[in-house]
Amino acid sequence: MKKIQKLEMVNISKSFQGNFANKDINLHINSGEILGLLGENGAGKTTLMNILYGLYQPDSGEIRINGESVKINSPIDSIHHGIGMVHQHFMLIQNHTVIENIALGYEKTPFFFPKIRIRDKVVEFSEKFNFAIEPYKKVWQLSAGEQQRVEIIKALLNGADLLILDEPTSVLTPQETKELFRILKDMKAQGHMVIIISHKLDEIMDICDRVTVIQKGRIAGHADTANMDKRSLARMMIGREVLFNVNREPLPRGEQVLKVSNLHVIGDKGLPVVKYISFDVYANEIFGIAGVAGNGQKELAEAITGIRPIKSGAVFAGKKNITNMSPRKIYDHGVSHVPEERIKFGIAPGLFLYDNAILKQHHLEKFSKNMFLEYGRIKNHTKSLVDSYKVATHSIDVQIKNLSGGNIQKLILGREISEKPSLLVASHPTYGLDVGATEYLREQLLKRRREGGAVLLFSEDLDEIFELCDRIAVMFQGEFTGILDSSDKEKLADIGLMMAGSVRY
Amino acid sequence: MFKINVYDRDSVTPLRSLMTNIGSLAASLVAIGIVFLLCGVNPLYAIAKIFTGSFGSMYGFKETVTKAIPLILIGGGLALAFRGKFWNIGAEGQLLMGALMGTWVGLAWGDTLPSYLLIPLMFFAGFAGGALLGLIPAILKIKFSINEVISTLMLNYICAEFITMLIVGPWKGSTRFGFPGTNNLNPSALLGVMPGSRIHYVTLIVAIISVVILSIVVYRTRFGYEVRVIGENPEAGRYAGINFFRTTIVIMILSGGLAGIAGVGELAGIHHYLGYPASISSGYGFTAIIVAWLAKLNPMYVLVSALFFAGILVGGDAIQISLGLPGATVQIVNGILLVFLIMGDYFLKHKVVIKHSKGVNKFLKQGN
Repeated sequence: MKKIQKLEMVNISKSFQGNFANKDINLHINSGEILGLLGENGAGKTTLMNILYGLYQPDSGEIRINGESVKINSPIDSIHHGIGMVHQHFMLIQNHTVIENIALGYEKTPFFFPKIRIRDKVVEFSEKFNFAIEPYKKVWQLSAGEQQRVEIIKALLNGADLLILDEPTSVLTPQETKELFRILKDMKAQGHMVIIISHKLDEIMDICDRVTVIQKGRIAGHADTANMDKRSLARMMIGREVLFNVNREPLPRGEQVLKVSNLHVIGDKGLPVVKYISFDVYANEIFGIAGVAGNGQKELAEAITGIRPIKSGAVFAGKKNITNMSPRKIYDHGVSHVPEERIKFGIAPGLFLYDNAILKQHHLEKFSKNMFLEYGRIKNHTKSLVDSYKVATHSIDVQIKNLSGGNIQKLILGREISEKPSLLVASHPTYGLDVGATEYLREQLLKRRREGGAVLLFSEDLDEIFELCDRIAVMFQGEFTGILDSSDKEKLADIGLMMAGSVRY
Repeated sequence: MFKINVYDRDSVTPLRSLMTNIGSLAASLVAIGIVFLLCGVNPLYAIAKIFTGSFGSMYGFKETVTKAIPLILIGGGLALAFRGKFWNIGAEGQLLMGALMGTWVGLAWGDTLPSYLLIPLMFFAGFAGGALLGLIPAILKIKFSINEVISTLMLNYICAEFITMLIVGPWKGSTRFGFPGTNNLNPSALLGVMPGSRIHYVTLIVAIISVVILSIVVYRTRFGYEVRVIGENPEAGRYAGINFFRTTIVIMILSGGLAGIAGVGELAGIHHYLGYPASISSGYGFTAIIVAWLAKLNPMYVLVSALFFAGILVGGDAIQISLGLPGATVQIVNGILLVFLIMGDYFLKHKVVIKHSKGVNKFLKQGN
């Protein structure tokens, strides 16, 4: 197979169930180049790269290698063409050694004694790029950075001229990131081409020669990083000058309903994901937390609502210390929660609508007396929830999984605010909902604010944040890069930079 | 090339559920028929014989009811445990532990206590024995994340060997002429039977009351609600602040305890002394798994499915005698039934469409 000198994607479009993920995308890369693919979450970066890698087929458009149109039907085809991909989540077998994992992904692995016979090749590649990997270590003993290098070797061994890296630094420490960039620069010097998917401006500026920005499935622009500054790049990513059309009536700040001080939380991988965060939320206020997903927002919400243990620091609801209380007690102290993934956390799909309507309140006296559930009252309550929160269903005697996402979310929101909690923690409440449901849910949040409640709103949707919030905190790598007042338009113009961690206020 | 597409079914009507079950039963009868055919027996005759042997005569029916008693008790408890996604495969051991505790109480106070105190005490001891054995895997699971399938299953063997040790050792009865087994229980410790049968009616009544209470517990109480939520979606249970430790403990106290009561019933109603574990139980703890499954984990339906499987046990005995088939036949019949019922469940939850197509991209489904 001839070495790739130039790869082009021409007019690529792809849609899922009528919503396009990519629309008329054009990009190109030449040998010895590192291209950054920049965009917010859900902009369509990964979809585009999955098309290039053969995991998806485009609806229209073509891929050209060295000027010739090629058809990539599967990852095997793309490997034959010299394209390799390192996914965000590594595809390694933890209990196998490095060399076993490599042998497994290598096309020309001999049938007998594979380990011995490909060992030399692995060592050769390790030395060529200074990988420093012990071939006989088990994968679980390796750090994230080392595992990533194993994935890179896997791709290179299969003859990849073009390496696609999906969010390569999201699992790395700063030192490991430096090491990765060194490797990538070595590869570039040897004529390889690299595409890095990222939403971190600093990295793009640091390592890439050129950048292609995707916004809501379309190309927002191409640029040489040498001629760009971060500010204009951020503007390109978010797609516009930040707009402010506030139609919230100003309300006097009420009493303090939530106080978080020096909160430190450990994530699923055992690393700190929320680092000594402090803030307060007051009645009559919507406090927004913006940021790109995966910067600790989920863990922060879970720590406040009691689902995830708090390592150090404290959370107060009003005057009451609720640090590390059970979710039920925290609810009883007036903190309710619309969880991030509504189907995964918010409901029991096979139970009836009325069962789900009391998921967090079934222990309250009005729904159960002496251990027995009062189904009469529960059903009446459910009917009133369905009516007042406009849940479209023909009956409350249906399994909740038969409802649409928007209707499930309306029921969850209704359930969580019907008891008039002093604080509502809402994580991405309108994610994936249609315009009507979105508007309705936002109105309900504003209504809660008028009624004297407080809302802690986690959202990646900046429009939503600007429309609803009185104060906005931006979260980056487990820390706040600033807490801004929504009237502070000057600083808010830099929100893209704050999300990327390159500006702090 | 053929391509098989699998879709989730959005909703299942009761009719579809019933038809799927009947279909699975029919399919399993065909498979069982093939087994009979391989044994050189006319399958239609053998299958007919199973049902006439168990439901076709008064004698057979009485035996069927007798064998249904432990299946109702254990099946009800398992229905609760499985609903809460606790895979209790250890009912056999829990039954034996109940029988053991019953024996201990029966032998120790057989002479001193009157029947109306002794029998309830034995049942209570049996409940406690089964519950305690059930608690071990519950605690192991919650505190140390040890898979309950393994721990409950292994406890069965520990329990069985422990009983064997007792009956050949310290508990060996003086009236057994050196054979393994305890002495017979004092008559005051024995359960009455319906005339002309082996139906120990006290246990039968306890069993029926138990499943009635269980279905109230599952569908009407806070605890049952929490069990159902955990069973449907443990993540939602955590989000709602359900105490997993407490819920699991209560599940296993009830599930193990009911198996323990079944053990006391077998001991005091049928065997009258503690002998080899295999003779005390004949695998009720395992058959009850199928009973609970066929009942769709609804305790009330357990009454019907327990009777059905008791019938198969009795009918199996009948064909062993009349057709000279080996003793494992019943287990094969039961096993095939379970496999087909579980497969039927898959088709109930999913819709499978086979398409004729070519050039299918087999990597399509891996994408994210």
